[in-house]
Amino acid sequence: MNNKIITPLEASNKVKKSIAKRRAKDNRLKLYGRVAISLAVCFLLILFYSIFSKGYSGFFQYYVTLDINFDRERIDPKGDLSDNSLFDGEASKIVNESLFSIIQPQGRKAKKQAKKIVSSGKDVRIAKMVKNDPSLFGTTTKVKFALDDDIDSFLRGYIKRETPESERRISNKIIEYIDKLNEEGRISYEFSDYILSGSASGNPEMAGIKGAFIGSMLTLSVCLLIAFPLGVATAIYLEEVAKKNKITEFIEVNINNLAAVPSVVFGIMGLAIFISIFGMPRSIPLVGGMVLALMTLPTIIISSRAAIRAVPPSVRDAAYGIGASKLQVIFHHVIPLAMPGMLTGTIIGMAQALGETAPLLMIGMVAFIVDVPNSIVDPGTVLPVQIFMWADFAERMFIQKTSAAIIVLLGFLISMNALAVYLRKKLERRW
Amino acid sequence: MFNFYLLSSVLLISLIFFFLGNNRAKNLVKLNQKNLHSLTHYYGVYSLLVSLLPALGIFFIFTICDDLIFAELIKKYIPKEVVASKDYNFTIVLAQINNSVEGLIFGTPPKWVTNAAEIWISWIHKSQIITVIICISTALISGFLGYKKISGNFRSRNAVEKIVMSILAVSSVIAILTTIAIIFSVVFESIRFFALIPYDEFLFGTVWNPQFEGAERAGSGQEGLSQYGAIPLFAGTFLISIIALCVSVPVGLFSAIYLSEYATSKERVFFKPLLEILAGIPTVVYGFFAALTVAPFLRSSGSIFGLDVASESALAAGLVMGIMIIPFISSLSDDVINAVPQSLRDAGYGLGSTKNETVIKIVLPAALPGIVASIILAVSRAVGETMIVVMAAGLAANLTANPLEAVTTVTSQIVTILVGDQEFESAKTLSAFALALTLIVITLAMNFYALHVVKKYREQYE
Repeated sequence: MNNKIITPLEASNKVKKSIAKRRAKDNRLKLYGRVAISLAVCFLLILFYSIFSKGYSGFFQYYVTLDINFDRERIDPKGDLSDNSLFDGEASKIVNESLFSIIQPQGRKAKKQAKKIVSSGKDVRIAKMVKNDPSLFGTTTKVKFALDDDIDSFLRGYIKRETPESERRISNKIIEYIDKLNEEGRISYEFSDYILSGSASGNPEMAGIKGAFIGSMLTLSVCLLIAFPLGVATAIYLEEVAKKNKITEFIEVNINNLAAVPSVVFGIMGLAIFISIFGMPRSIPLVGGMVLALMTLPTIIISSRAAIRAVPPSVRDAAYGIGASKLQVIFHHVIPLAMPGMLTGTIIGMAQALGETAPLLMIGMVAFIVDVPNSIVDPGTVLPVQIFMWADFAERMFIQKTSAAIIVLLGFLISMNALAVYLRKKLERRW
Repeated sequence: MFNFYLLSSVLLISLIFFFLGNNRAKNLVKLNQKNLHSLTHYYGVYSLLVSLLPALGIFFIFTICDDLIFAELIKKYIPKEVVASKDYNFTIVLAQINNSVEGLIFGTPPKWVTNAAEIWISWIHKSQIITVIICISTALISGFLGYKKISGNFRSRNAVEKIVMSILAVSSVIAILTTIAIIFSVVFESIRFFALIPYDEFLFGTVWNPQFEGAERAGSGQEGLSQYGAIPLFAGTFLISIIALCVSVPVGLFSAIYLSEYATSKERVFFKPLLEILAGIPTVVYGFFAALTVAPFLRSSGSIFGLDVASESALAAGLVMGIMIIPFISSLSDDVINAVPQSLRDAGYGLGSTKNETVIKIVLPAALPGIVASIILAVSRAVGETMIVVMAAGLAANLTANPLEAVTTVTSQIVTILVGDQEFESAKTLSAFALALTLIVITLAMNFYALHVVKKYREQYE
């Protein structure tokens, strides 16, 4: 500060001189803000773009159409359509023969290579078809088979023709065969019937998210069934019933702490308590759901308490005034009015649980499980863990499948959050 | 399936008691023309609860305890020479028996294992029968006793309310139980770990190289190789968090200032939820993005400048984690800035200051405690974040400050150690629990500090 006394005129001149600079500074701050927001939005867009551009093609894959002669003797030697009989049948051989009749491979080696063109799920596909429709027997029908993942990558242009043969995953011979098939118009690019209805598989062309999706739903329903009643009950107890004392304060501190504990720690707890002490099996949705329930409980409790607090005391007083008991006030008036808020919190908690990965890795839901889980005690996996596992696989095609799985997951999360926003808008009441 | 049928039949019985109780109360009204104390359905609900709850309690105790009891009892059936042998480990033996109970047989197990498994299976059958008998009879008897109680003078509403109140109280205890369970599971194993490895070696050692005990014992020339110095892990966590903060603090803070001070209400309504989407994206998606998009991008752009960027680098993980925690900072800071009273701003404008000067000199200092708290919360989120680092930061425990190299963090080591099968006795497995303990301590300390900052300065302007 300088203490020299200045005249008003001098002062106003000084201010006038500085004003442009100060305005510029103001505009600069505004600009920084805009840049920051556009950066954040850019990140979001890049993230979505990179996932969607990769994932979009994950829903599609290349198929080859072959004429299959459904010879009952060969496909179903015992003639009873049982799994055993179909397994003993020569379905893959028939497919290979049909393939060979088009591409004409010469010699054993060429045949061996050519066999790999069609995905190894071919016999299962035929078995499924005849099971669904036994009248196929005796006919010759065009059937679409998935191509092997390397060939799929070749057709997509990830494996280049120009690359020297020794560095390519597929040989010149195979490329020749593919060209032949292409000339005959037998190769088509179509919506994949494996991605949504297939299960975990080591063959990327046959891998799908059905098993993980069902596992996610089972886990989430266990989580919901445990966390929602417990969370709401706790919120009611803390807001409406309990007196403010040391014990309730302790409970509150605990809830806030639990909200801050990293999710991976809940997994460790699940491993140490549920699996090693209670001896529950690994990898089952029941344990996963329990762990996630404990993890989402604080979210549900905190939002439910806020919802209960938002119900004005006059409603309670009115109910007491006409002779309701405490429990009647709570269950007939407070809960119905607070329900939208509670549901919103619960949906947000469930969205959190649906996207959670780390705690489920701890309790073994990362195992490679081909069967679709039928109940909460069957081993299974969940979508985020499936994404994690696929992201680790080396095959090129898994990148697209992973992105496709991410799109499905994000689709669910976005619709859950949208539902929460809608509920809040629609049912929220201002007092 | 067995449990499902048992639970449904118990539920069915209690539902029957509900209707019985309800009807009995209705009949009492009809026959005696007497006024009951409570509404009739309270009598029904009372019968239901009285029949359902004890049976449920017994069911859960039985299902939790039976495996524990079996594990104790089976000890008798393990041959003495097996127990006496040097590498006898009850956990492993138990797992062997359990596997053959479930029909998972690897190779040919010794005769006594199959025998024990058969005995175990017979116990399961027995315990199922006992559980069915006891649960159903409890449901019937207690339901009947409740039903008998119903009379004109019985205050069923009060009884029901008492039961419901206690259910509410019990469920609120779950939060405490969870905390206890977390502490219990982490602390006990950590104590065992620190019995093997001195805590100063763990906290101050600079080499992290866990090996399975088996490799050491077998004398494979690896003895003494395993080292549990957690400093590289803390350093890696710290490095990644710093990178994340470098991204998220400027972006988050400037966004918050813009949204709360400069933005029109339309912009606010549009951009705030948009930023919050970033917090709703699952971390595994971020991890995938970091590993498959950001890391290769950094690698290729690094090679343009002649820099050698590792394919799994701290930078990639940190950048993406920074994106993830932007909304934690922007949303919380936005709320805090909005909470600064308008009168302070008006006073600033009244003195002739521009918006910039008001924000920098008046609003931000007033909101500073809240902003600091939001940053601390974001850091604690970054420290506890797992999937991004597991997928993008690598597993090599380098002690480095170079963000272009691979580092590892506390959380990613926990995951790597505990995923898959583990031997609960080995120092390697136990070290994960010690790491988890430090993780909990760090994050909780940060949260307490953030709350403390907010509490201490909150009411200054009111």
